[in-house]
Amino acid sequence: MKKIIKNAIAAVVILSNLIFAQKVVLINGAGATFPYPLYSKWFYEYAKIDKTVNFNYQSIGSGGGIRQIFAQTVDFGATDAFLTEEQLKQAPGKILHIPTTAGAVVLIYNIPELKGKEPLRLTPEIISKIYLGKIKKWNDKLIQTENPNVTLPDKNIVVARRSDGSGTTFIFTDYLCEISAEWKNRVGKGTSVNWPVGLGGKGNEGVAGIVKNTPYSIGYVEISYAIQNNLDYAIVKNKDGYYVKPTIESITAAVEDKAKNMPDDYRVSIVNAGGKNSYSISGFTWILVYQKQKDPIRGEKLVKFLKWALTDGQKYCAELHYAPLPKNLVDKVLKTIETIEY
Amino acid sequence: MTNKDYSNKIFKFILKISAIVSFSILVLLFVVLLKHSYLAIKTFKLKFFIDTTWDPVFEKFGALPFVYGTLLTSFLALIISAPISISVALFLSEFANRRLKEFLGVIISLLAAIPSVIYGLVGIFVLAPLMREYIGPGIQKIFGFLPFFQGSVYGLDYFTASIVLSIMITPTITSISTELFDAVPKSLREASLALGATKWEMIKISVLKTTKVGVIAALLLGLGRAIGETMAVTMVIGNVPNISLSLFSSGATLASVIANEFTEATSDLYLSSLYYIGLVLLLVTLALNLSSKILIKYLVKTK
Amino acid sequence: MNRKLKDKIFQFFIYLSVSIVSFVLLFITGYVLYKGFSSINLDFFIRLPKPVGEKGGGMVNAIVGSFMIVGIASLFSVPLSILTGVYLSEYKNEKFANIVRSSLEILGAVPSIIIGIFVYGLVVYPMKRFSLLAGSIALSIIMIPLIARTTEEMLNMVPTTIKEAGLSLGIKNWKVIFYIILNTAKPGVLTGVLLSLARVFGETAPLLFTSFGNRFWHRSILDPAAALPLQIFVYAISPYDDWNRQAWAGAFVLIVIVYILIIVSRRLVLKYK
Repeated sequence: MKKIIKNAIAAVVILSNLIFAQKVVLINGAGATFPYPLYSKWFYEYAKIDKTVNFNYQSIGSGGGIRQIFAQTVDFGATDAFLTEEQLKQAPGKILHIPTTAGAVVLIYNIPELKGKEPLRLTPEIISKIYLGKIKKWNDKLIQTENPNVTLPDKNIVVARRSDGSGTTFIFTDYLCEISAEWKNRVGKGTSVNWPVGLGGKGNEGVAGIVKNTPYSIGYVEISYAIQNNLDYAIVKNKDGYYVKPTIESITAAVEDKAKNMPDDYRVSIVNAGGKNSYSISGFTWILVYQKQKDPIRGEKLVKFLKWALTDGQKYCAELHYAPLPKNLVDKVLKTIETIEY
Repeated sequence: MTNKDYSNKIFKFILKISAIVSFSILVLLFVVLLKHSYLAIKTFKLKFFIDTTWDPVFEKFGALPFVYGTLLTSFLALIISAPISISVALFLSEFANRRLKEFLGVIISLLAAIPSVIYGLVGIFVLAPLMREYIGPGIQKIFGFLPFFQGSVYGLDYFTASIVLSIMITPTITSISTELFDAVPKSLREASLALGATKWEMIKISVLKTTKVGVIAALLLGLGRAIGETMAVTMVIGNVPNISLSLFSSGATLASVIANEFTEATSDLYLSSLYYIGLVLLLVTLALNLSSKILIKYLVKTK
Repeated sequence: MNRKLKDKIFQFFIYLSVSIVSFVLLFITGYVLYKGFSSINLDFFIRLPKPVGEKGGGMVNAIVGSFMIVGIASLFSVPLSILTGVYLSEYKNEKFANIVRSSLEILGAVPSIIIGIFVYGLVVYPMKRFSLLAGSIALSIIMIPLIARTTEEMLNMVPTTIKEAGLSLGIKNWKVIFYIILNTAKPGVLTGVLLSLARVFGETAPLLFTSFGNRFWHRSILDPAAALPLQIFVYAISPYDDWNRQAWAGAFVLIVIVYILIIVSRRLVLKYK
């Protein structure tokens, strides 16, 4: 019996080595859940285009992307929270931020009475007060005033947020800091903060799951997760007083408003943008790579992929509700990609 | 003659090497844990366990919420599981015939073998909704005035986690208790029956009283198992590092915070704090196991 | 009458407890089998995962990954722990044997998540990669105390008369141990191996930070690899209905494998005793 087991194990090992003896390079990345729907589509399609390489991406949150690229246990990281000056100094090598797309963080909610009706309207004040724990019920005066056409239920608001290190959290708390001095002083912004209230979900997936399964809840996720799971999401009043729905156009408007001051390393926040059409809670997402690649083969394939992502890959953005990058930005980024040495 | 000496010596040598390797793994474990938790230990020292703030932005880490969550869920699980596990063990040793005993034995080993992640899966999709829709509100109707049952029931909370844990530790407690009860000599039972005791009284006097120490050891082992349990708890406890008296609040445990945040700890202090939590979790688990072993040794000695 | 009433209440409670436990086991098993069975299709066994949000795809890499991680873990742990078990049984009175026995007991009590962060610090971080190998090392550490202790117990159960008979025939000591005693104890030792396999097949926590997961095939044991319990976890906490469905399918496969291992090992133990 022991012999049979030993032989079976040997057979599996040998067989699998034979199967995998083809020269396919595996490139590992980890990080943000924000762009995960887009990235997983990219890696799936790219594997068909370039059969010599597979990209294995683990969606563990931007915090994880940053941690693992610093530890060099992955070939690239992904984050929606750009590195601070301090973090850049701590990295073992020069890290480049490659923006890949821009997305929207939407406020998803699960109110059975509102299903199929007009989307909920929320002002910055309402959003910050809900997450500060100051507005506790759905039929609070502030919310009801903004939504006169519906009768909001007399139920407690179940708040959902991230339990892991998240770039989506970074974008959302960045926005909250901009629109609420109290939030800025009490909580601050980051990939992981000391939340005053809320149930914790792991990844965008986890938060979407909580809201989907919990009546009278509210959460923040990247728009793709809301749409793919048929979750209602709110319209937000922007800086200039306009109620803007999160769409590719409104994300692009936010990008264009803030991209006027785009720094050379692309580390810019685009929340709370001005203008008639800008959606307030938008954000870029970046891929983090070392400028000097350790492995020439992987480096070369990684660079090829990045170029594809910034050009042909952008055509997959719209159907997944991400905003493709504007052309002049793409040109700049392609030049940055050229500086990667392998 | 020399041949025999050599081959036996070589054999013993190989055996000893294997044993040494097994032993060194444990040593290495402590070394690695201590090395990586050193930074946090130096920074926070023992205050780590009194602080309630878990703030990665401002780099202030306190583990009290997790200690609370771990103790609450584990003890509650033990309270729920103990009477049931002991009853099942009594059934197996006092009431069941051979075939039934064998059949139930299979059921218990299967229950023990179900992977944690599957308990979590059933917890998320079956138990949590049940809690939220029926059991929680039901309990609140009767006991809602108590602080333990306040607040809205979302299903992912201390209570759900405790119930899942109680199911998971039942096989451990049951199997050890069954062995203890089986070991009670028949004569002892017959003595109390001969004096006119009912079955319950016989069990109380002859079986439970004499095995008391061993049963406590079994409970300690069950508690140790509950404290270290990770996946099922992570999936149903809500992952909020707070402290609340209400069982319907979400929380977190020492094990669940490691599972959730380890791969994302962006700073050295953050990662070190998680290792510190791991070290503490390990020490608590070992302390429980050690106490259990001591009790059993005491039991054997006094026989 | 008070005493008789107490007796009746007590007996009622006992039967109630037994029913609860049986019901829970049957319910969980039945529910997993039911939800899993309706979610399983051929694709599940032969296809790789599809992009997020798209229906379909399968878990073939996770199933194969699990077998490989456990297989390689066994290569490390089985010979090592059987030899350790032999040592503990043969030289049980030596001081070192007592030290080893205690450390194995301690090792066996370590929560599996701690093993995970241990192997991360020991293997993943210095190697600067997540890998199937790291996952196997973590699982083998969990297996070693189980197999070693069972081996020792089973060897102890072999009557000394067998050993004396062998020695009196002039057979060398080590041959007696290896060929005769170990052979006699074979079904018992095998039980220990099967039980430890059942245990680690379902382990998720130690793999979170070691083998990490993979949406594609790993190319060698130095690559991150997908594993069944890991994939179930990720899919279970996600909001995608199709992923939830696949989580049940994965749970079905996992529970079937584990149950088979347990039942076979129980048969063996009975035969042995």
